[in-house]
Amino acid sequence: MTTLKEQTIIQEEFVKRMDEDELLNCMRCGFCLPSCPTYVESGFKEAHSPRGRIALMKAVADGLIEPDEDVERSLDLCLGCRACEPVCPSGVKYGHLLEEARDIINQNKKHSLPVRAVRNLVFTGLFPHQNRMRAAAGLLGFYQRSGLQSAARKTGMLNWLPKNLSTMEKVLPQVPKLKEMKNRPSHLPADKPVKKAAFFTGCLMDTMFLETNNATIKLLQLAGCEIHIPQNQACCGALHGHSGEKQTAKDLAKRNIEAFEKLDADYIISNAGGCGAFLIDYGHLLKDDPEWHERAVKFSEKLKDISQILYELEFHKKVHLELPGQVVTYQDSCHLRNVMKTSVAPRTLLNSIRGIEFREMKDADRCCGSAGIYNIVESEMSMQILDHKMIQAKSANAAVIVTSNPGCLLQMKLGIEREGLQHKIKAVHIVDILLEAVIEK
Amino acid sequence: MVDVQIKERFIAIVGAENYDDSKAGRLVYSYDATPNFQSMPDAVISPRNAQEISQILKICSSRGIPIVPRGSGTNLCAGTCPTEGGIVLLFKHMNKIIEIDEENLTATVQPGVITLDLINQVEARGLFYPPDPSSMKISTIGGNINENSGGLRGLKYGVTRDYVMGLEAVLANGEIIRTGGKLAKDVAGYDFTRLLVGSEGTLGIITEATLKLIPLPESKKTMLALFQDLEQAAKSVSKIIAGKIIPATLEFLDQPTLKAVEDFAQIGLPTDVKAVLLIEQDGPVDVVDKDMQKMAEICQEQGAVSVQLAKSEQEAEALRTARRAALSALARLKPTTILEDATVPRSEIANMVKAINEISQKYGLSICTFGHAGDGNLHPTCPADARDKNEMERVEKAFEEIFIKAIELGGTITGEHGVGVMKAPYLELKLGHAGIDAMKAVKTGLDPNNILNPGKIFAKDNRKRVVVTQ
Repeated sequence: MTTLKEQTIIQEEFVKRMDEDELLNCMRCGFCLPSCPTYVESGFKEAHSPRGRIALMKAVADGLIEPDEDVERSLDLCLGCRACEPVCPSGVKYGHLLEEARDIINQNKKHSLPVRAVRNLVFTGLFPHQNRMRAAAGLLGFYQRSGLQSAARKTGMLNWLPKNLSTMEKVLPQVPKLKEMKNRPSHLPADKPVKKAAFFTGCLMDTMFLETNNATIKLLQLAGCEIHIPQNQACCGALHGHSGEKQTAKDLAKRNIEAFEKLDADYIISNAGGCGAFLIDYGHLLKDDPEWHERAVKFSEKLKDISQILYELEFHKKVHLELPGQVVTYQDSCHLRNVMKTSVAPRTLLNSIRGIEFREMKDADRCCGSAGIYNIVESEMSMQILDHKMIQAKSANAAVIVTSNPGCLLQMKLGIEREGLQHKIKAVHIVDILLEAVIEK
Repeated sequence: MVDVQIKERFIAIVGAENYDDSKAGRLVYSYDATPNFQSMPDAVISPRNAQEISQILKICSSRGIPIVPRGSGTNLCAGTCPTEGGIVLLFKHMNKIIEIDEENLTATVQPGVITLDLINQVEARGLFYPPDPSSMKISTIGGNINENSGGLRGLKYGVTRDYVMGLEAVLANGEIIRTGGKLAKDVAGYDFTRLLVGSEGTLGIITEATLKLIPLPESKKTMLALFQDLEQAAKSVSKIIAGKIIPATLEFLDQPTLKAVEDFAQIGLPTDVKAVLLIEQDGPVDVVDKDMQKMAEICQEQGAVSVQLAKSEQEAEALRTARRAALSALARLKPTTILEDATVPRSEIANMVKAINEISQKYGLSICTFGHAGDGNLHPTCPADARDKNEMERVEKAFEEIFIKAIELGGTITGEHGVGVMKAPYLELKLGHAGIDAMKAVKTGLDPNNILNPGKIFAKDNRKRVVVTQ
């Protein structure tokens, strides 16, 4: 709950900080409505639509209403999937408006003590520090390997957790050993390098999904890239940016820009749609910082998702890809599709694997409900969205659901687990299936 | 605010979950797609059936509470903006297709059904529901009926009015009436069906509709004709009609509109020409081919620099989708997008286009024009900034001149968007004093307490204004 005094301050900040032109740019045609998962899932509540949220932001800035808990609720329930942006004929940058509004609210309200402690731990204590991320993942690895996990499962301890968290516990991948996470060279050559690629490893990807990162490197090498991995890179800051912690996001952005600009690489490669979409927006994040803005734009211009770069370098034409017969489908990463505009490349790559049948799933472009930490903090809506996603996944009758973002991957695994389909369907990251399909001569 | 006792009575009817009077809950129903109109309702109610609406209306009537039915809020005349407060009525629970009757070629639907969903459902059965307003992906059938929406297929197939055969509606006093039915012929009494269509929620609350379906045409072709001269394009329209061809679609887009649309859609629209016509014909293959050939020739005779046939249905659909996004895409240009839909007889389309250009020059405005040229229904659109008072005054004057010109050419002030609040001050231009009085008599007869969408259609005073509120 925000106090009246906090509401007054928030309102003043809205007047100062919200981009009035962008708010006015929404002409309220409603073309965004059918694309919005929360509008549809909430039973067509305008307050849970992009048009409604923009109207609320504008009304707060105009002084028509106070930023009360209903306004906050409306903004909180937004997945931030940004499916409303590509369908907006007026080109409203909804994601930027949302980020700013959330930041204003979060920076000016006093969270309850436990919420503050958790936010502080996650946003400033954990994610900005890769060594701590490794340590945390290491703990999880210890939990998985030491027998604690099976003990926890047997004793029913996990039933104390909310249902989707205990299911989540089951689908977390086997974490690599701390040693493996630490020992990675900073330069890997290719046979005949044609391009110089700098790899943005991502904090979650480089711990829990280390195997996927290794596969990414392998594919880039096969595509003719020499790979540089700057050691002093940091978390992309997406989690912070989306949760009203903009300042930390800016600090992280600067660290990354600094770490990558010296390399003078042809490309900066990300293999997580959620990270990529935030990295590509660094120019906007640092728009008011004269020293950094141009550097940020340069950084973002080089950024590409792994599937896009493989597609552009014609990896799928150079390397023979083949797998045993099976039906494969693809779930878009919202940020990869809606912000990085990458949706053709992953499908083309999958389609070029011989032996498999690629089958498009209905509404593949609709959010799976993962959305960063949304599936934990807004678990009810997230699970409702996931259940609908699984209906489509089942009717596609695929044995493999391919994704391109760790959050989506975990969410799809969670969906498979919830449906009890773990023996029939598996969820994988696109680079893992591609590497599996590589037939080396 | 709604009085506490009344609130309790509303909740007793629809349940607490379907009654919302929170500030945020009301704010998001304080607007529709019309620029510069916003007004808070006192409560938002989502009834589940006609009986509940009947009970709600009885309360509203006895207490004089305004009530505004709202579909998806995509209308462009401030028709669903609750300018006098009261209740906004939502139809999210009443969104079922009740029946598709293939023997009588009718569909019976609840008002909350999304237009495109109905179109898709009937097309899957080889049937056709032609009215296709640009917002059809979002708009509801109830909204279409209340506004008598048109669309891209209007010139050949008519508008919503031509497909409504019967209605169920709740009157202001709470009585539920049924009009028309699945009947090709029916002259039993006044044609209340037609009266309710386009009545903008001012005569009754529509709770069910029986719609006419026709067989789905067997083929369709799409082409773009490019012109370096606006009037050549406009003349081609009149020549095509005079050439005894009625195409399924005959849309006009000028260069500024093309640029804005291409900026959004990125499908390779020609942005280096002054105007294009988007032309479609449907029907038996040989007829379509012959008509397309003849229309291409007419365009070329009028000076088209190029006529291109869409190579695939995907390409054709991309063109139609781009055209439907025209208005919203124009909103890219400036903060406030003022749009009108003055309509003239088709033979006068070239004169109207010319007049619009002269008027926009006179007032130093850039007016972009697109629209359903084939049925004389143009959408001159003025990208402006509501914060610039001087500019808004000029927009106001320019649109007044456009209205007067349209009437002069035998046209009307609105072809398909409705009167609402926005065009109410201009209605007399079209109807005259006696015409307005006759309409008011109908309104007063059916809604003596003036609770049904008050403030719409009839202006409170005769001060003409579209966009300047003071």
